[in-house]
Formats: sequence, structure tokens, C-alpha cells
Amino acid sequence: MRQVIHIFIKEFRGYFVTPIAYIVISIFLIVTGWFFFSTFFLFNQASLRNFFDLLPLIFSFIIPAVTMRLFSEELNVGSYEILLTLPVTYHDVILGKFIAAVAFVAAMLAPTLAYPISISFLGNLDWGPVAGGYIGAIFLGASYAAVGLLASSLTRNQIIAFIIGTAICISLTLIDKMLFFLPRTLLPFLEYLGADFHFQNISKGIIDSRDLLYFLSIIFISLYGTHLALQEKN
Amino acid sequence: MIHIENLTKQYKDICAVDQINFDIHKGEVLGLLGPNGAGKTTTLRMLTGFLRPTAGTIRVKGFTIAENPLEIKKLLGYLPESAPLYHDMIVYDYLDFVANIREIDGNEKLKRIKYLADLCGLNDVMHQPIGELSKGFKQRVGLAHAMMSDPEILVLDEPTSGLDPNQIIEIREIIKRIGKEKTVILSTHILSEVEAACDRVVIIKQGKIIADGSLETLKQSAGRKNRINILLLNSDYESVKKELGSIEGVEEVQMETNNEGVLQASVICRPSADLRGDIYRKIKETEWILIELYQETQTLENIFRELTTEN
Repeated sequence: MRQVIHIFIKEFRGYFVTPIAYIVISIFLIVTGWFFFSTFFLFNQASLRNFFDLLPLIFSFIIPAVTMRLFSEELNVGSYEILLTLPVTYHDVILGKFIAAVAFVAAMLAPTLAYPISISFLGNLDWGPVAGGYIGAIFLGASYAAVGLLASSLTRNQIIAFIIGTAICISLTLIDKMLFFLPRTLLPFLEYLGADFHFQNISKGIIDSRDLLYFLSIIFISLYGTHLALQEKN
Repeated sequence: MIHIENLTKQYKDICAVDQINFDIHKGEVLGLLGPNGAGKTTTLRMLTGFLRPTAGTIRVKGFTIAENPLEIKKLLGYLPESAPLYHDMIVYDYLDFVANIREIDGNEKLKRIKYLADLCGLNDVMHQPIGELSKGFKQRVGLAHAMMSDPEILVLDEPTSGLDPNQIIEIREIIKRIGKEKTVILSTHILSEVEAACDRVVIIKQGKIIADGSLETLKQSAGRKNRINILLLNSDYESVKKELGSIEGVEEVQMETNNEGVLQASVICRPSADLRGDIYRKIKETEWILIELYQETQTLENIFRELTTEN
């Protein structure tokens, strides 16, 4: 467990010693800020509905960009060999990197707390859905980070890792919006697969164990896949 | 200390390491030699737990790689080929990270980092990003990394590749110093390095061990005949062959070159006979002018060439 913490600290600091963190956070804040506030005053409602509606799609692009380097860079530079010959297990490495990515997502979301705070001055904001939305956003971010980590472990090329990660995340986001093409019998099943569907449930303020279970299973499957991919490498 | 048995690594269509067996004893400095692609790095990677062997066992102090990889990793310090370190980190942060992972705490950690910085000459670059360092400094950071936990076994994969002669000598000195107390396994294709630092040599070719022993035994077992080279002025090959050929113990006289009156010849003698005095005396009787006479010693280079080029 100690090793997980050391790897987490190293990876998390790694984000902030290079410009990556600042660039990604800036882009995230500009994009969410623009899309959210450009329509906010038209609706004339004191809610963060719009912000949370957009989040899954924005995360699909941003989070694979955050996670793409985690394994790809190590595989490319060869530092992976140094890391794995230190007294650590695969679990330590995967968990440390995963937690670092989730912490980064949290750090990226933290400045957006300014939105509900400033809105609460403008009108009567219901804090329930806001809290639900942030909890959901962390779960959604963690799931996409796990998917991004898996993509990163598959290749030594960061760009390919980013594309694979984005492709999977976008599919998870949009799958329940494509349903009208498909036979009716598949509907409930495919709807269950959609990350957006579960996220919207939570962000209404309803924290249902089925939705949490969905995110936890995405995380588990992705991290397990990462483990297999790394083991396969030697 | 380390027991390697039937170790095999099979990639898709090539067998990188083919059933090798050897033991490494405590306090030994072992040089792993071989041409490029012989399987040195693969062997070391399996020993350090980075690659999983296709077959065979590695036992380090009673632990096996398959069952207790973590225990073995704790005993080993490993410097991979060309020291692939984290380029974004500064040297101090990197050593700090390694110390943390190796579970060295507080005061002891500071002391250890300081000691290694002195030993490896890192004091001037402690606050530079690793990616900006020259190759030699990266190699030194790698060496400090490998020695962080004061490991009982040090595995170094081509520790001096890409360094300038001064740095090579420095690193060799460090290895010698460590080798007095620790077990060191060193892979290289620089032969003088092995002669300078190693007690024992294992030569690998195409994944198989083709020689294993101390430098002395290797030199003896190679069993080459003594060869004495001479350079003469004012002589001709026929008479040299006749005169020197008559010395007892000389088996053959070969002419190497004959340029502008300088005759270079080598006299092949029976093994373990030192005929330099006899040859000198013989030459003294003639009108030839001797400008050079030396006995070729059996160098590691010769042994290596002989073993790795024959089919």
C-alpha cells in the first residue's frame, strides 16, 4: 500500500512539473465555462443542469489526454523497466497511476465549484443535484481515467493511446443516444451500457447503487484489462 | 547466492536464451560477455524479474522469481541498459522517489542520497531535470538508483556504454569498490572492462553459454600456442625461417609482412615454452638488426574472437 502512495505522489506531481496539467485544466475550464454560461442566461434558471449535461462529452476528450502518457511514455522511454524492477507489484503501479489520474480529474473539477457558488448568489440554487452532479462527475471521471489507463497500456505511442481512449469514452457516452437504430429488445441492455445515462441519473441528485455499480464495474474491468495488458508484455 | 537453471526465453520465432545454467557466488564480480544479440540483456531482465522466463528457474538466496518476485527485487539493484529514467523529474526528486519505494525513511534517506551523490559525482546536477543531463550523468544517476538500497546483488547492464574514457574509468572504479563487498553482475561487450573489474567471465553466444570461468582458466583452456612477434631489418624470410626454425621448441615461422626491408615474422612455439632468450641469441649471431621482439599474450580479446566467431 505504501508503494501505491509513493507512485501516486510521483505521478500526481508529474502532472504539475510539466505544462500538461495547466494546459488541460485551462482548456477544460474555457470549454465548460463557455458552453455553460453562453446559454445560462437564456434559460434563466439557477441550476447546473447544462454544465452536467455537457460533462460526459467533454470528459471523453479531456480525460484520455490526461491519461495517455501514464504507461505509453514509460514504455516508450523504457523507464517502465526501471519501475517494474523496483520492489513493486503490478497492482501498486496500476493503482498508483489510476489514483493519480482521478486526483487530477478532481483537481480539474475543483475550480468549477465557482459556478454553483456564483449562481447561488443569482437565484435559489438547489444544492442536492449539484452535490449529486459532482459525485457523479468523480465517478464518471474515474471510469474514463480507467479506460484511458487501459488505452495507455496498450501502446507505446501516446497519440494512439489518446485515440483509443477517446473512441471508447465517446462510445460509452453516446451509446444510449444511438438506440433508435437498434431493435427494441436490445434497448434496456444498451441503455445500461451508456455512461451518460447513469451519470444523468446521479446528477439529478438520485444516488442509486445500480449507477454506482455501473461505474465501479467499468473501473474494475478497465484496470483488470490494464493488468492483463501489462502482464502480456513480458 | 544466485542459481540459474535451464533458463530459457522464447520469443515468437527466436530463442533469445537457450537453457543456460550457472551459479553466482557471494562476493563475485561476474562479467557477462557476448556479441550483440547474444541474450545478455534478456538474461539480466529475467534475473531482475522484468521478463518472465519461458522455462527454467532462477533462485536468489532461496527465493524464486516465480513465487517471490518482490523479495528478489528487494535484494537486487538493477541498472538497465542505457539507463532509461524519468526525464521530467529532477535528479533529487528521482532519488527521493526511489528511496521511498525502497522504504528508506527520514534521516537515513537524506544520508543515503547524499552519500550516493558523492560516490557517483552527482552533486552539481542534483537540481537539473534528468532529461537535460548528458548520457554520462544519466548513467551515474542510474548507478545511484541501483545502489540506493545498498543491495546485496548489483546487476548492471552495459554500465559504461556511451561514456567518455574518463567516465568509464570512474565508473569502473566505483564498480571495483562495490565489488569488494557485493555480488556484481555486469554485462558488457567492452573486453577491457571485464579484465579490469571481473573475477569471473561467462560468455554467451546465441543464447547459449560457451565459456564460463575465471579469466586465468579461460586463458589457459584456450590453449593457444605461444606466438613471438619479431621485426627485423637487413634480413630475408628464407634465412630467418631456416635459422629460427632450427631452435628447439619452435614449431613454425610465419612471415607476416615484408615492407621496405622491414620483415615482420611470428614464431609459433610450443605451449608453455618461453623462447624469447633463445631467439634473441640466435639473432645476435647473424647480421640482422632486431628492432622489435615481443611475446603475444593470450588476451581476452583473442579468446572472445575465437569463441564467438567459430561456427
